[in-house]
Amino acid sequence: MRKLLMGNEAIAFGAIKSGVRVVTGYPGTPSTEVLETIAKNNPGHIYVEWSVNEKVAMEVAAGAAYAGARSLVTMKQVGLNVASDPLMSLVYIGVKGGMVILVADDPGPFSSQTEQDTRHFAEFSNLPVFDPSSPEEAYQMIEAAFELSEKVQLPVFLRPTTRICHSCSTIDLPDSFEKPGNPEGFQKDPRWVIFPALAYKKHIHVEQLQTKLSEMFSSSPFNQVVGSGKKGIAASGVAYSYVKEYLSMTDARVKLFKVGTPYPLPSKLALEFLNGLDEVLVVEELDPVVEESLLQLSASNLLNVRIYGKKTNHLPFAGEYSFELVKDAVQKFLGTGIHEDMGHKLTPSDFPARPPVLCAGCPHRGSFYAVKTAMKGQKAVFTGDIGCYTLGNAKPLDMVDTCLCMGAGITVAQGLKHAEPDVRHIAFIGDSTFFHTGIPGIINAVYNNTDITVVVLDNGTTAMTGHQPHPGTGKTIMGSISEKIDIFSLVKACGVKFIKKANPFNLKESARIIREAVEFNGPSVVIFEGPCISLYKPSRIMSVTDNCTSCKKCIREIGCPAMYTEGKKVRIEPSLCYGCTLCSQVCPFDAIGGADQ
Amino acid sequence: MKYDILISGVGGQGTVLASRILALSSIEAGFFARTAETIGMSQRGGSVVSHVRIGSENSSSVIPLSGADLLIGFELCEAARCIQRLSPDGKCIVNKQVIKPVTVSLGNSNYDTDGITEFIKKNCKCPVFIDGYSLAEQAGSVKAVNIVLLGAAAGLGFLPFDRSVLEKVIASNVPQKYVELNMKAFELGYREGIMQKTVAAC
Repeated sequence: MRKLLMGNEAIAFGAIKSGVRVVTGYPGTPSTEVLETIAKNNPGHIYVEWSVNEKVAMEVAAGAAYAGARSLVTMKQVGLNVASDPLMSLVYIGVKGGMVILVADDPGPFSSQTEQDTRHFAEFSNLPVFDPSSPEEAYQMIEAAFELSEKVQLPVFLRPTTRICHSCSTIDLPDSFEKPGNPEGFQKDPRWVIFPALAYKKHIHVEQLQTKLSEMFSSSPFNQVVGSGKKGIAASGVAYSYVKEYLSMTDARVKLFKVGTPYPLPSKLALEFLNGLDEVLVVEELDPVVEESLLQLSASNLLNVRIYGKKTNHLPFAGEYSFELVKDAVQKFLGTGIHEDMGHKLTPSDFPARPPVLCAGCPHRGSFYAVKTAMKGQKAVFTGDIGCYTLGNAKPLDMVDTCLCMGAGITVAQGLKHAEPDVRHIAFIGDSTFFHTGIPGIINAVYNNTDITVVVLDNGTTAMTGHQPHPGTGKTIMGSISEKIDIFSLVKACGVKFIKKANPFNLKESARIIREAVEFNGPSVVIFEGPCISLYKPSRIMSVTDNCTSCKKCIREIGCPAMYTEGKKVRIEPSLCYGCTLCSQVCPFDAIGGADQ
Repeated sequence: MKYDILISGVGGQGTVLASRILALSSIEAGFFARTAETIGMSQRGGSVVSHVRIGSENSSSVIPLSGADLLIGFELCEAARCIQRLSPDGKCIVNKQVIKPVTVSLGNSNYDTDGITEFIKKNCKCPVFIDGYSLAEQAGSVKAVNIVLLGAAAGLGFLPFDRSVLEKVIASNVPQKYVELNMKAFELGYREGIMQKTVAAC
C-alpha cells in the first residue's frame, strides 16, 4: 500500500511492524503523533497510554521490556530531562524485550524552550542513537533499533528532528502487520535490582559494549561512505538530505560520509572515510557530536586532516539548518561558490509580524484578563508555565512574567515570594501540566506555608499539542473511560485551605474570586473552568452594533484575533468568533451583541 | 518530473489539508511526493507555510529559496512574505483576503494592503488574484477557502495532474457530510481559474 506518511506516522507504523506491545509517552511537539498514530492503527494487541509525565512513561515502558515485551516510549527533547532519572539507571539494569526511546529534537526551536541535542544524552547515558535523515529512513530505523536493543539488551534511542517528524513522504506499507508472539514474561533475577555492587559491574559491562556497538554500526546500512577525493563531508540527520540535494546539482569531487548513528560513532567506517582526506566539513544540526567524535578519532590515529564545522565557525551551533545555509557552507568548503543570479531581487518590505496568539474564544483570555483587572494597582508578579497559555505573555494581556519548564510556575512563584514578601505572586498552570509536575509544587507551598495564589487554567484537554486526553478528562487514548481525577479534591487533599472555581467567561465574578484568593493568608488556588474551543461548536457569534463609538477598548484590552478595524469601524470576523462575550463585557457602550447561530 | 508547490497562509486556514490533498493527488498520479508543515505552537493564528515537493525522491522536504514552481498564498500578506521562495518563472495564485494580525489591530504594526499588492506584482511574473473568501462563502462555508484555491490552481492549469484526480482525493479526505460543500467550492474555484486564465493569459 503506497501511502503519504508524516515522519511520526512512519515511525509509528515501523513500530507496529516491529511487533511493539506497549507504547507510552507524554505529548510534546514534535513527537506527539507517533503515539497517536499507533493508537489509531492499533491491530488490537498493543497497549497504548498517555502517561502522566515522561518519567512515568519511561518507567512503564521499562517494566514492559523487563517482561520481554517490545516497548516504545515517546517524548520531546525536554521531556527526556524529566525522564532522565529512570533513564540513567535503566542503562545499568538493561532490558530483555527491545525498548526504543523516541525523543524528538526541535532545532529552531519551533515549539520548545531549549535546543538541546538528544545525541548528547545518548553519549552521556552510553546508549546507541539512530538519527534519521528522512521519514522513510526513520521507518526503517525503528525496526533496526528494536532489533539492536534486544541484541545488546539496552534501550536504544531514535532521535528524529522536527523536519523529519512533520515532513511527509511516500512510503510503501505492508497490507497487514503480523502479530508478535507472547512475551516470555518476567523472570525473577538479581539483575533487576540495582545495588552499588551491581552498578559497578554493570558500568564496566556498558563501557565495554560501546566498542562493540561502534563496530556493529560500521557495517550498518544507515552509515555509508561514497565518492572520493581529498575533501570530505560528514553529515547526519536532515542536514544530510540538504548536502545530498546540493551535491546532486554539482559535479564536485567529494567523499561523503552519511552518519545514521552518531553515537557511538562507527569508528572503523569513519577511519576509512578520513583516510586520504586533507579536509573535512561536518554538517549536523545542534551540537557538534559527530564533529567532536571525528576530531577525537583523527587525533588518536595521528591523522593529518583538518576538520571544520561548528567549532571552527564554518557552521552555526544554534537554529535550524536550511538548504541555503548548508549550500553556502559546502560551496565555500569545496570552492565551488559561483555567483548565482537569483533572477529577481527583493526590496525589503515591512510586512506586519504575525506571531501565534490565543485563539478567539480561548478561555485563557478571560482568565488572564480577570486576574489582570483584579490586580490593577497592586504590585504583582505572574509566573507562567508550558502550554497554550504561555501565549498570554503577548500584548495586550502581557500576563506571563516568567516561564521556565513544566511545573515551574508554581515553584518559581514561591522562590520569588521568599525574596519579596510584600509582592503578590500568582502562578498560572494548565490542567495537563498540573498533573504532569504541578502537584509537588502545591504540596511544597502548603508544607512551607508560602502565600502564593495558584490559578489552574482547566480547559479540559492538552490543547497545545493537539488535544490529548489527560487524567482529569477521564478518557484514555485507548478509548476507555476511567475515573476522572478531580483537580479540586486533589488540591484540597494537598491541604490548601482556599480553593474556588471560577468561570473565565464571567469577568466581574472571576475578578472578585481572584481578589479574595489573593487576600487569603496562605496558599490559595483558583480553578478556572472553561472548555478549549476545540471541544465545542459556537452557539452564538458576536457582532458590533451602531452604538460603537470606535473607542477600540475591546481590541486594546483583550487582543482577540477575530476583531479588527476596517477604516474606523470595529469588526468581528464571523468565521473566527466563538461567542465568548468577553468583548461585549469589556465594551463601555453596550455596542457588541450576540446572535444565536 | 519535479514540481515544487509552496502554500502560505494563516494558522487555521486549512493549509495543511490543502498540502496533503496535493501530495496525495501526486501519489495517485504516480509521482513520489514529500511535504513539510508548520505544526505546534507556531500554528495558533501565526504565519504558516507548507511545502509540497513532487518528484522528490532525492530531495529534502523543504523547497529552496527561488525554487518553487507555484505559490498559493491563502492570504495577501502571507503570499508576499513567501515570494522569495518562488522561482523567477514561477506561477502565483493569491487569495485577496486580508487577515489583520493582532499586532496591526493594536496599532503596533501596519498592514499596507496596496503596498503589499504592488510588492507581489513587482516580484512575480504573472500573479493571479482571487477572491477566495467570497467564493467559499458562496459554496456554503468560508472554511472551504482551501478547496476553492486548489480548484483555481487546477482551472488555471498550474497542477501536474487532472482535476478528476484532485476531486477523487478531496472526496475521500474531507468528512462525509462536507463532501458536497467541498465539491461545490472546488467547482467555483475551478471556474474562476478558467476565467482568470483567459483574462490574465499566463
